[in-house]
Amino acid sequence: MSIEVSNLSFSYGERSVLDNINFTAYDNQLLSVLGPNGVGKSTLFRCILGLLHGYKGQIRLNGIDIKSLSIKEIAKLIAYIPQSHYPSFNFSVFDMVLMGTTVQLSYFSSPGLQQRMLVESALDRLGIIHLKHRGYTQISGGERQLVLMARALVQKAKILILDEPTANLDFGNQILVLTQMKSLAREGYTVIQSTHNPEQTFLFSDTVMAMKGGRVLACGTPGKIFTKDLIQNLYGVEVEMQSLYEDRARVCIPKSVIERDYKQQLCS
Amino acid sequence: MKRINKNNIIVGSLGILLILTIIISFQLGRYPIPTKDLLGVLLSKIYPLEQFWSDRMETVFFNIRLPRIILACLVGCCLSAAGAAYQGVFQNPMAAPDILGASAGAAFGAALAIYLYGSSYMITISAFCFSLLTVALVFFISKRVRGKSILGLILAGIMISSLFSASTSFIKLVADPNDQLPAITYWLMGSLAGAKLSDIQFVFMPMFLGLIPLLLLRWRLNVLTMGDDEARTMGVNANQIRLIVIICATLITAASVSVSGMIGWVGLVIPHLARKLVGNNYNHLMPSSMLFGAVFLLLVDNVSRNLLTTEIPLGILTAFIGAPFFIYLITRKGESY
Repeated sequence: MSIEVSNLSFSYGERSVLDNINFTAYDNQLLSVLGPNGVGKSTLFRCILGLLHGYKGQIRLNGIDIKSLSIKEIAKLIAYIPQSHYPSFNFSVFDMVLMGTTVQLSYFSSPGLQQRMLVESALDRLGIIHLKHRGYTQISGGERQLVLMARALVQKAKILILDEPTANLDFGNQILVLTQMKSLAREGYTVIQSTHNPEQTFLFSDTVMAMKGGRVLACGTPGKIFTKDLIQNLYGVEVEMQSLYEDRARVCIPKSVIERDYKQQLCS
Repeated sequence: MKRINKNNIIVGSLGILLILTIIISFQLGRYPIPTKDLLGVLLSKIYPLEQFWSDRMETVFFNIRLPRIILACLVGCCLSAAGAAYQGVFQNPMAAPDILGASAGAAFGAALAIYLYGSSYMITISAFCFSLLTVALVFFISKRVRGKSILGLILAGIMISSLFSASTSFIKLVADPNDQLPAITYWLMGSLAGAKLSDIQFVFMPMFLGLIPLLLLRWRLNVLTMGDDEARTMGVNANQIRLIVIICATLITAASVSVSGMIGWVGLVIPHLARKLVGNNYNHLMPSSMLFGAVFLLLVDNVSRNLLTTEIPLGILTAFIGAPFFIYLITRKGESY
């Protein structure tokens, strides 16, 4: 399953949000979209999910233009995993995940045994089967994120789109969620996420797409495009980059902070 | 799986509770109908039986008690179902059946008909039509509100409601204080005292047409509470489902208030009580709201016609019972929902 975005531009009235975006994501791949706030990551995702129309350019799933697909057909191909949120009503974790099966049902029907089995196995797959009777709003942020991932899995779509899945999570949960995303990619899913953490992006991604001002600054394997200059260009922060474990990880340290403290130490 | 079974049992128990409440309700009143006679009258309609009950009993049964009990059940069922449905589409647990102005419109329609010396049938039809018209107007205006569609609907609902309430007040001002004004005031307080078989004939179709889709679409209503974007990415056409649910909920609200007058609180309190019982999943919430609403209004109507020698308007009783009960519900300790 591949997703191919070509010459995508979008503007809200006069204000251009996306400017000529081109990229392709393949299965078995975790693609991270990196970029400062308000750069158009969410807008890009909304276009891909078929929630925004009126864009220029093309979005193709396995070669088929999504404009020719219905809401239901898109939902069978792409699942969306929002940031863990608090819905107005507290559903049980089981019911929450069960909602993902709606796309398989006819208009007037409710999920049956087959869908319930799917939910059980998805909860099991993500290691949260023990939560199934808990209320969704009563579990932790990391657990809620995993529940939303399970909901996407039972949707049986092969492309998963995650909007800042690790935002608002503690460090342990960030790693847990990213590890699960990576292993889903290895199972054949096409996983696309937006993120704000460069180091984790380097560690987990197969492909990184850096965006600024509605354009793609760089796109490629993390090892190739991850440079001091890129980070400085993206965020306006001068960093020192260090390579660890034979370049399997890279750390970024904001230079100004270190140098200021260092100078202060020298003076005193 | 255990939890699912529990909810099925609750829905079933509510059904049994409703049947028991109906049987008890027949026995209450100035002319009690004992269970033996009740069964006799009913069975004689299908199976020829020797009449062992008085003719007067049969008249009371068919012309007074039966229509009133059926209407109490239908109105309670519809108001609760509409409340639960509106809460879902607006993703707001505080939504009630009057949120889009259905009640305010019905009140105006009834007041207008009373002012023009309409027959009781005309009052019902006028209330029903104005109720639907009001919601249609709210919908039309909300389409022109910029920004979020849900917020637009709620704002337009508040505005149009207050406009119609003011119009109702104006009619009360100019109405004849000797007969029209008391009639309007009494209608606004809500009552089933005048329940007739023709009322049931009038409301049956709209209620049927509204309740059935609400039951059938109840799973999609769950997905809709996640918000439009999420619902769409799960393959649910949010705008379409919301439109159907709003039309159905409005239809049953309009039908209810047109025969019962203003009965507040049922549409808010009963869905909440049902949420406490079976959780927020509409698969169980919708049927249990319907059954619970029917039981509740039937019980309240029994109080209304038996407590004092004069009838106590239903709207007053539901508020007296509903408001303190709601305060108890929301302040009670325990798992939040």
